This record gives sequence, C-alpha cells and structure tokens, in this order.
Amino acid sequence: MSHLRNLTLKVWRQDGPDAKGRFESYVIDEISDEASFLEMLDVLNERLIGEGREAVVFDHDCREGICGTCSLMIDGVAHGPKRATTTCQLHMRSFSSGDTIVIEPWRATGFPVVKDLMVDRSAFDRIVEAGGFITAPTGGAPDANLIPVPKTVADASMDAAACIGCGACVAACPNSAANLFTAAKLAHLNLLPQGQAERLSRTEAMVEAMDEHFGSCTNHGECSAACPKEISIDVIALMNKDYRASKIRNRKELSRG
Amino acid sequence: MTALDAKIPGGPLADKWDAYKATAKLVNPNNKRRFRILVVGSGLAGASAAATLAELGYQVDLFTFHDSPRRAHSIAAQGGINAAKNYKGDGDSVDRLFNDTIKGGDFRSREANVYRLAQVSVDIIDQMVAQGVPFAREYGGMLDNRSFGGAQVSRTFYARGQTGQQLLLGAYQQLARQIGLGGVRLFNRTELIDTVVVDGRCAGIVVRDLLTGEISSHAGHATVLATGGYGNVFFLSTNAMNSNVTAAWRAHRRGAMFANPCYTQIHPTCIPQSDPTQSKLTLMSESLRNDGRVWVPRRADDDRPAHLVPEDERDYYLERLYPSYGNLAPRDISSRAAKRLVDKGHGVGPLKNGVYLDFSAAISRLGRDTVQERYGNLFEMYERIAGEDPYAMPMRIYPATHYTMGGLWVDYELATTVPGLYAAGEANFSDHGANRLGASALMQGLADGYFVLPSTISNGLAPLLGKTVPGADHPAFRQAEQEARERFAGYVSRKGSRSPDWFHRELGRIIWDHCGMERTREGLEKALSELPALYDEFTKDLRVTGTDEGVNQTLEKAGRVDDFFQLGMQMCRDALTREESCGAHFRAEYQTEDGEALRDDDRFCHVAAWEWTGDPMQPKRHVEELTFENAHLATRSYK
Repeated sequence: MSHLRNLTLKVWRQDGPDAKGRFESYVIDEISDEASFLEMLDVLNERLIGEGREAVVFDHDCREGICGTCSLMIDGVAHGPKRATTTCQLHMRSFSSGDTIVIEPWRATGFPVVKDLMVDRSAFDRIVEAGGFITAPTGGAPDANLIPVPKTVADASMDAAACIGCGACVAACPNSAANLFTAAKLAHLNLLPQGQAERLSRTEAMVEAMDEHFGSCTNHGECSAACPKEISIDVIALMNKDYRASKIRNRKELSRG
Repeated sequence: MTALDAKIPGGPLADKWDAYKATAKLVNPNNKRRFRILVVGSGLAGASAAATLAELGYQVDLFTFHDSPRRAHSIAAQGGINAAKNYKGDGDSVDRLFNDTIKGGDFRSREANVYRLAQVSVDIIDQMVAQGVPFAREYGGMLDNRSFGGAQVSRTFYARGQTGQQLLLGAYQQLARQIGLGGVRLFNRTELIDTVVVDGRCAGIVVRDLLTGEISSHAGHATVLATGGYGNVFFLSTNAMNSNVTAAWRAHRRGAMFANPCYTQIHPTCIPQSDPTQSKLTLMSESLRNDGRVWVPRRADDDRPAHLVPEDERDYYLERLYPSYGNLAPRDISSRAAKRLVDKGHGVGPLKNGVYLDFSAAISRLGRDTVQERYGNLFEMYERIAGEDPYAMPMRIYPATHYTMGGLWVDYELATTVPGLYAAGEANFSDHGANRLGASALMQGLADGYFVLPSTISNGLAPLLGKTVPGADHPAFRQAEQEARERFAGYVSRKGSRSPDWFHRELGRIIWDHCGMERTREGLEKALSELPALYDEFTKDLRVTGTDEGVNQTLEKAGRVDDFFQLGMQMCRDALTREESCGAHFRAEYQTEDGEALRDDDRFCHVAAWEWTGDPMQPKRHVEELTFENAHLATRSYK
C-alpha cells in the first residue's frame, strides 16, 4: 500500500437546480492508493464538515458497480479513466501524486442538476414505464422449462440486460441521446421468446418516450465506449430495425381499431 | 413476558398454505380500488408486492429513498435463487428444501413459514421466466442450475453473477408497468421517518422528501415495510451505503416487536479490508466456492507468496474439517473457521487478514474458458478492487457482515404486532432462523411479495370494507410530523464537533468487536456499557452542516445513525440474553469440544421478540415458542 500526495480536486458546486454553479478547488494532502474514488470524496466531506462547511452532494449506494446510482464526469470522462468501471469501483491507484482532477455531474439536458454532483435521472424510469416490460401478471405462469431459450439467445439477452441504468451513455453523448439505454432494455426483452408478443408495441412506446426527454442519436459511439457494462452499440441497430417495423406495420393503430 | 401467537393454520404441514388460501377472506375486484396500500421499499419484496397488489386492483403508493426503484440493494445479490424444481433429477423436492432451510437456520425458524417458502419457490422461477429474466441456460434451452452452501443438490438458478440484478429488474419492470398504468404512485427520494398508529392500528406513515426536506403524511388501509436489513449497524458491511434500519426501527418504536436482532450473518467470502478509509466491504459470491478451494498455509506467519507454498504445506481446512460438504459448508461455519485460523496467525495478504480462495485446480480441470464463463465478471470485480489477477494468483477473502436474519416480528400472514402493518423480505425475521442459506434471500423476498402478501393483505382488508379509517389530516399524523420536524431540526442545531460518519464508525467498531462473529458475556456487557456513553456523546457532540431544507445527505445520515445506535443496544441485549450458540449467533461459552455451536433447546428453542419501552437499554423480551413436528430437532452436522 502506498500513498498519493498533493491532489487538487476541482469540484462542481451548485446550490440547487436553478442556482448558478461554480468550481471549487480542494487539496487532498494524502490518500491511500487502495482507497476508492468515492472514499476520497468521503474523506473530503469529513474534512468539510469538520470545517463547518456543507459536504459535497453526490449520488452513490452499492459501491460495487451494480446499482447504477453513482455517476460523475471525471476529467471530462463519464465514470473516469478506467475502462468498464463505474466511479465507485475506480481506485486511486489509477491516479498519480500531484494530479489535478476535475469532477462534474453528468452533463445532459435530460438529467437536470439537483445539487452539486447529483442529477435527476427519472426520465429513464419514464422510458421503462412506457413499455420496458413483459406483461405477465403474477400467477398462472407456465412451468419455466416450457419456454426453452437457446443458450446463445439467453446470453445475448443477458449481455443487454446487464445495463445498470447509470446514464453514462447519455452523459458521454454529444447529443445527450439515450439510445443505448433504451435499446439495451429493448434488446433484453425483444430477443427472448417471451418478449415477442409485445415486441413492436414495446419498441414504439419506448422510443417515443425516449424522444420526449433526450436528444437524437448520430452514431458517435461515445455511449458504448463510456458504458461501464460495455453494452454494444449493436443494440441500437436492433432497436432501429424494430422501430421501423413497428411504424410500417403500425400495430398500435390496428389494435385500437 | 407474553407468548406471541403466530396464527399458524392447522392441518398437516404440507396443506397449511393451501388451506389458508382456501379460507382467507377476499375483497371483491370492484372493491379493491377502495383500499390504499402503502409499500415502503422497492427491492425484491417491495417491488413485487406493489406490482402484484396493483395488478389485483388495489391503489398502491410506493416509497423509496433511491432516485429510482431499480437501485434497491437486492440488485447487488450475485449468486442465485433456490427453487425446489428438481430439474436436475438429483433428488430435490419441496420437503428437502424445507429440511435444508430449517437445518441451515439451526432450528430457530418457524416450520410453517419455511415450508410455505419452499412450496412457492417453484412458482417464483415460473413467474420470473415469464417476465423475461435471462437465467442461465443449457445448450438445449433448458434452465441451468448450480449448487450452493448447505445443500447437496443443485437447485440454484442464476443469471451469471448478477442474479439479484436480473430478478430486481424483472420485479422493477412489473412495477414500472403498474406505474405507467396508474396503479402505483411512485414517491422516489422519499424516506420513511415514522409510522403512525391510531387506536392500535397502523394508519400510515410520515415521510421526508429528500430533495426539499419537507415532512408530510400518507394514510393507508395497510402498510408494508419491505425496507431490508440492518447490517450497516456494523458500519463496514457488504450492504449498500444507504441501507438502514430506520423504517423498521421507527415502526418498532410505535409498537411493532423486533425479533432476534442478534441473528446477523457474516458472509465468508468478502474482499478483506485494505485501508483505514474504507467505507464498505465487497462480497464475492458464494457460488465461487463451487470451484474454488479455501486454504491457508499450515505454518503460522508464513510470508511466502501463495505459489511458493507447496501443496503439502497448505491446509484446505474446510475439506479437512467438513469432508461431506467441504468448501460448501454453510456460511456461519465457514466464517468462523476462517476467523479462527486468521486469529492464530495463518492469515494471508499484506495485512494478514484473509484466507485464500484458489481456482488453480478448477482452471487445470475445466480450462480457463469454462472458469471465465462461470465467474468471469466476479473475477473482473475482484481484480478491479484488489488489484490482483485471480486467474494467476488465489483470491484473498475474509468474512464480513452481509445479511440480518432478525427483523420485525411477523406472524404467518407477515403481519407485525401492529395490526395493518406488514413486513416483508429481509425486514422481517421469519424464514431463516439463526442462519440463512445462500440463494435463499432472493427466494424469500419474492415469495413474500409475489405470493404471500397479496393473499394475506386481502384477508386483513376485507373486514375494513365500508369502514372509515383515519386520513392524513388526523391529529396523530400532525403530532408525528411535529416530532419528526423537531428531531431533524435538532440534529442540525446541535453544532457539536463530530460528523454522523464518525459516530457510525465508532458504533460499528463496538458492535463488530463484541457482537460480531463470536460473542461472550464479558464482551457484550462491555458493549452495553460503552454504547450508552457513545450515544450520549452523539446527542451532544453531533455536527451536521447545512440546513434541514433541500438536499442534505449529512442530515439523512444523522437520522439513520441515531436509529442504528438504539438498535445496536437491543442487538447486544438480545445476544447477551440468548445463552446458547445457534447458527450465526456464536457465544464462545457455549460450544462443543471441537468448537461447533452448542444449542440449548430446553431453554432457547424460541423466538425472542423485543418490545420498545422508551429506553433503548431496557427493551422488554417476549417469546414465541418454536415447535418442530416435522423436521427432526437435531444437532447440525456438516461433517
């Protein structure tokens, strides 16, 4: 175990959604390289409280990279410099003594800042509520092995279902598009045999809910590069194909008629 | 001391649940919308209960302190979910899952609840598959299983190392569907800070909006607490940072008894602590013990790196001590074995605070690809945190607090001692006894939410039809709000010198040292003398910066630490009073010659349920006697 010394943090502070924000600088004299990035912020906050100042607000919970609560643009990169790693799993051994580290909230119109580094990601919930499910009310499900799912299909579905809903894809996108998030949920459900009945109605509803809150995709690929779960941009192609099919067959209109 | 009645239906064990459902009172579909049900917590139990109750037609309000219901800590469960499907044809059955769970819990759980759990386990898998949970599959498309600690059959269904995530997302999606349809109203970033009881019945809850600090009331015909466990009383645990006991504790203070608080599970396979600023511990799934072998050097203080310790100088102690279960011995037993060897100087790693979990034999037997297929994401996680490659060198692991079997006392209907107030999932105490088996937490959360509560809540609501219940404008709500406002304003105005985290860390140290893996009368008495002093300091020297308006995470933490203090005192009292060793509760004074837990069935074959008296140091103990008519009350042996 060794230590990093003399780190300068430039942290975005913003008192509320409508307040004007600013960067504040703090120096961390010494921190263990075994500490996680968020533990470094804990240390900073303990110091701020000791000085009678307000702690830096940031979202976090499981600290094992699965709940998707943590965020942060670190030196302009969503979740920081380490590939396939959420901020909570980033450790200080990825930095060096003397570094200046810029810490900002997710930057996206669809994710308004609540306070300091905390943003509002509830637009993601609205997308799922629009159709990100298989309608299967409790009770009466057939025996699980009556629905065989080829291993390759289950694996591809699981690859997409690994999304943690953190929003790094939106934060990294120059258009603040949520296509990777939406398409990952669609791929998870649309690939499975259980998901076929609602495949096109689901796609149509989710894409249109997404468009209410987020920008448009122009195929930069930043989303996939920033994704801590390495979800492939291929899922967006699948989504576009199904969206087109949903419009051509216009199932929503027909089923209403 | 009064005896508690669990209201277990009569008849043979295997028929109780069907008999209950056949006679439970129902609410007509048109009348269901006249009832409002408050569900607190959006993990497996809360999300599945809220979604199912809304599907049935009840008006449901769901409260979560997270920004989204999908963040609940169920999401972090890795290994799997048990179900008595017997898809492997290896002799599994509902009876066997029942027996394994009763035995795993060291005969301190309630037979009828456990049997029901084993029965509905098979429905859970059907339900989750229908909802699109991408469980692991065989090449022919059928579901795959793995084995877990405490079982000799393969009955664990899994989705890579992210089973909890996939099950929670399944339940969350059912919930989201109901939110979209208007069946559930979602209150996110909203934390329960009190429950309200009017004329002996739960009338609703008082909540705090974490974005504005506003305190308000919600009235309902029934309230469900699905708010998880209290493992964070230890400060360092595998629980998420925000997991807390507040909802259960505030209900306890209003009359709901708290059962078996000393039953806290220490999980054997976590990454050891590496530095003093550490905020939490990370679990590595127990499923790793399917293929990993646990060992320490035979010689104490052996500083050689793992690969330089020859085979005959390694002690594969679980295989040596428990030949029939080997590396899959239950959690409490594996944890204590690790602690003893580390205490004797056999620990490995820079701080000598771990044991090895070695995959080299599995890699040479199965090939690296197969090992990667099974555990790839867990290996990556380990490398990210520990900075070492587990394909090349053994993992280092050590036990850490993981799950709490204790919780709000509930009867067969999952009703607490306050009518109208229910507890589900880890928040209740009923199914795991003194020790939970791996892959059973997900099973219990979903059993409670999908299959048990929807039946039992209808039975409780039917008699209320046509009666008026207190609304949120009732004076009892006003008074509870006022008390809560004063409490939170009080934290801010104390202006002491120590942060809530500082107190939490100190609290955790006392609890871990004296009420952790091994407990003694002397240690518990010491804890019970130190805790009130530290709590007194907390009430005087706490420092919370900022105000009680708007987002203030320091203030949120202060409220939670306050409740952890009170729970901690009760936990130590419970551990002190239970003069036996059972499951995860190991009192050093009560052990067999070879160091195994020594139960005292004559004096302690019961549930201890504590009543709040106003003084956290003086709770009142009640008991529910446990009777074993089907499982054979025997000394647990995994040898």
